[in-house]
Amino acid sequence: MGKFTEDDLKKELETKEYEYGFYTDIESETFPVGLDEEIVRAISKKKNEPEWMTDWRLEAFRIWKEMEEPDWANVNYEKPNFQNISYYSAPSTKPKYDSIDEVDPELLETFNKLGISLEEQKKLAGVAVDIVMDSVSVATTFKDTLAEKGIIFCSISEAIQEHPELVKKHIGSVVPRKDNFYAALNSAVFSDGSFCYIPKGVRCPMELSTYFRINQAGTGQFERTLVIADEGSYVSYLEGCTAPSRDENQLHAAVVELIALDDAEIKYSTVQNWFPGDKEGNGGVFNFVTKRGICEKNAKISWTQVETGSAVTWKYPSCVLKGDNSIGEFYSIAVTNNFQQADTGTKMIHLGKNTRSTIISKGISAGKSQNSYRGLVKISPRADNARNFSQCDSLLMGNLCGAHTFPYIEANNKSAQIEHEATTSKIGEDQIFYCNQRGIDTEKAIALIVNGFSKEVLNKLPMEFAVEAQKLLEISLEGSVG
Amino acid sequence: MSLKEKLLSSYLAFEDHLGIDSPVHDLRAHAIKNFEDHGFPTKKEESWKYTSLNSLLKKDYSIFPNKENTLELKDVKKYFLHDVDTYKVVFVDGVYSSFLSETTHDGIDVCLLSAALSKDKYKPVIEAYFNQVAKESSLTSLNTAFAKEGAYLYIPKHTEVEKPIEIINFATGNEAAILLQPRNLIVVEENAHVQIIERHQSLSDNAVLTNSVTEIFAEKRAFVDYYKIQNDRESASLIDHTHIKQERDSICKVHTFSFGGKLTRNNLNFYQYGEHCDSVLNGITILEGKQHVDHNTLVHHIAPNCESHQDYKGIFDDNSTGVFNGKVYVEKEAQKLDAFQQNNNILISDKATCNSKPQLEIFADDVKCSHGCTIGQLDEEALFYLRSRGIAKKEARALLMYAFANNVLEGVKIPELKQRINKLIAHKIGVNLGFNL
Repeated sequence: MGKFTEDDLKKELETKEYEYGFYTDIESETFPVGLDEEIVRAISKKKNEPEWMTDWRLEAFRIWKEMEEPDWANVNYEKPNFQNISYYSAPSTKPKYDSIDEVDPELLETFNKLGISLEEQKKLAGVAVDIVMDSVSVATTFKDTLAEKGIIFCSISEAIQEHPELVKKHIGSVVPRKDNFYAALNSAVFSDGSFCYIPKGVRCPMELSTYFRINQAGTGQFERTLVIADEGSYVSYLEGCTAPSRDENQLHAAVVELIALDDAEIKYSTVQNWFPGDKEGNGGVFNFVTKRGICEKNAKISWTQVETGSAVTWKYPSCVLKGDNSIGEFYSIAVTNNFQQADTGTKMIHLGKNTRSTIISKGISAGKSQNSYRGLVKISPRADNARNFSQCDSLLMGNLCGAHTFPYIEANNKSAQIEHEATTSKIGEDQIFYCNQRGIDTEKAIALIVNGFSKEVLNKLPMEFAVEAQKLLEISLEGSVG
Repeated sequence: MSLKEKLLSSYLAFEDHLGIDSPVHDLRAHAIKNFEDHGFPTKKEESWKYTSLNSLLKKDYSIFPNKENTLELKDVKKYFLHDVDTYKVVFVDGVYSSFLSETTHDGIDVCLLSAALSKDKYKPVIEAYFNQVAKESSLTSLNTAFAKEGAYLYIPKHTEVEKPIEIINFATGNEAAILLQPRNLIVVEENAHVQIIERHQSLSDNAVLTNSVTEIFAEKRAFVDYYKIQNDRESASLIDHTHIKQERDSICKVHTFSFGGKLTRNNLNFYQYGEHCDSVLNGITILEGKQHVDHNTLVHHIAPNCESHQDYKGIFDDNSTGVFNGKVYVEKEAQKLDAFQQNNNILISDKATCNSKPQLEIFADDVKCSHGCTIGQLDEEALFYLRSRGIAKKEARALLMYAFANNVLEGVKIPELKQRINKLIAHKIGVNLGFNL
């Protein structure tokens, strides 16, 4: 975070107080359910997009129509009816509040419940928050500080208006429209998302952050995030997701594209805590996300994720290590409880020489949940001296849950060195006994042990997030013992 | 006419020939239906992702040999474990060769499946065991539909078979291309011990496709030690299915040595129905040329307190491809389990490929399951060490490869066989180390 001092923050707060607060009114404008070319056009028109963008969306829609929903993942759920979803929901009025009292108390309460009150956010110095609520970016903070450095951090719809050349060049370059069913759907109907560009040689002085939420019943959330780190730059990007309780299944199909040009580094952290459904397995969010980054020469992309929410998770943040000496990392904790199902992992595609990748995945399953790791390590014939290390550990709590590991390892180069290791175990009774003996009750002891189990990954998270993530782990596993 | 159509129409003729009174008629009818519905597997199926049968299926295989072929013992002697006394069940082009075989009914039954299927005295065994564990896949179904001949081994209670049993399938090459479908049934009763060696050997450069199914039943405290020697010519391909059902306290070990053949696919499935079972799956694969070997293993843990150990080593040269697709499936009742899965590979040439997919599916919480997989090269430092002590590069490499494969080789409990495999490995690596490990 470095250069941004407390004084700067104070000044910032004085002058900009609540300016970035919520424009949100809980009333929002929602499109009729269903999806056809008209809806796609309407979304595009609503967002006042140029023609090339509309055409791009329409093409994606045509591709999507031809595709079938994939069912290879180790998850069972009732397939959403894509004609029964409203594809656009945006706050209809955008009044500016003068003080916090004017903000809808209901909304404030949601935030408080999530433990990310505005005050707290302000206090967490150096975190610029781009709050995406029901698909429309409603606020951005610290924009000026960023602008000084030449960093562009805005919503993607804004970027389409103001930086069309960048968007046009890069959108769909990492995750093409025909990549998969959900990516195609997202490309056709994405409502908003974040856009970030770090110019050559710039080290982003603060953690960039977006909070996603799904707020409107029956609306699908289709985010599109594009992060471009130009040569020699560095950025750490946080994405936090939380959603209030809803009864019916909500669909989330996001696409995240990262582009790390020569010598650049992107660190992308996610904490996902969407509504996982109740104890009987009713409701919950379907999370079908395509995340992929491309590394040019000497570049590095590091994915860190803490997945505790969603009824169904289908997510494989991947790295295409295209340039020589590039590095890909994937650190993941996936916690499933009750009837949650997670099929998550990564893909490391080694194309360049001397490329390295590390995969650390920790799966914790409790209740009646199913937790799968699915990963691919592929070494192409010209990727000399590629190196991979993978470790997947699973922790089972109770005998009604399942933990699964499906690694795919494909080596086409003799100089490749690949190691994969996986273990499955449970929390030892002796470990719990040891804690009990020292006056720590069983619930706390489990939290402690789980924390230790996940430490390797938690350590990779930025500090503020790590605290929140730890809390989340505890909450997710509440009541899973005994 | 595609091979599938040809098979379906031959089935009708085959059925007429056998008559519908056969005790397994219903099974056959059901099996051919299943094959008709599913056809040959394609790369679109997850378990066949890395292995394509397309090039094999283009050939015009004859399904029933036109005439009986005989072989001279001196021509094929080298394929037997000749320096040790064994029981032998030998088939030539799918037809039993009494001349080359050495069967018995003395205490144990080492004989033919055709006899077991047709004689009344075997009826209870056939009804109890035949096709009971073979997983219904299109290829096993195809085999079941045409199941006619193969080895039938029945080891009664408390019997220790004093010499190994060899099951050898020769293909003479008198047909331009032949499809063989041997079917073996092996029942090892309570507390019985047996050692079995299985081999498929083609004697010419004409194409051979073998679709073999072996069912093994290990009853309480039974001990089965099974060796598969796969060192066929580059014209021969093998799709081998082995299904093993284990009852409590039984131990089953299957060692697979894959050194030859054009395409080899091993489907090795273990089902542990009783407590305290131990399953061991070992394999050494050394490939060159354009060979392709695909090991597809499944250990299905159904009962608690069991163990399984898998150890597969692969060395791949030239354009060869090695696939390991191992799955450990743990039911929620199978608590206190110790399952281990290891797959190590060395790529020697730039064009060699290795695909590994070790999988764990676990529904029980009190288990110890782990797997490891590596792909790498020979250790440069170890190589340097050996060379600095005056060992030539080729020999030094060979030594390291031996060392790499050694702990699997250690599991071979028939000394003569171990020596044989040693020689095969030395030949395969192209050196003579002048000693046996």
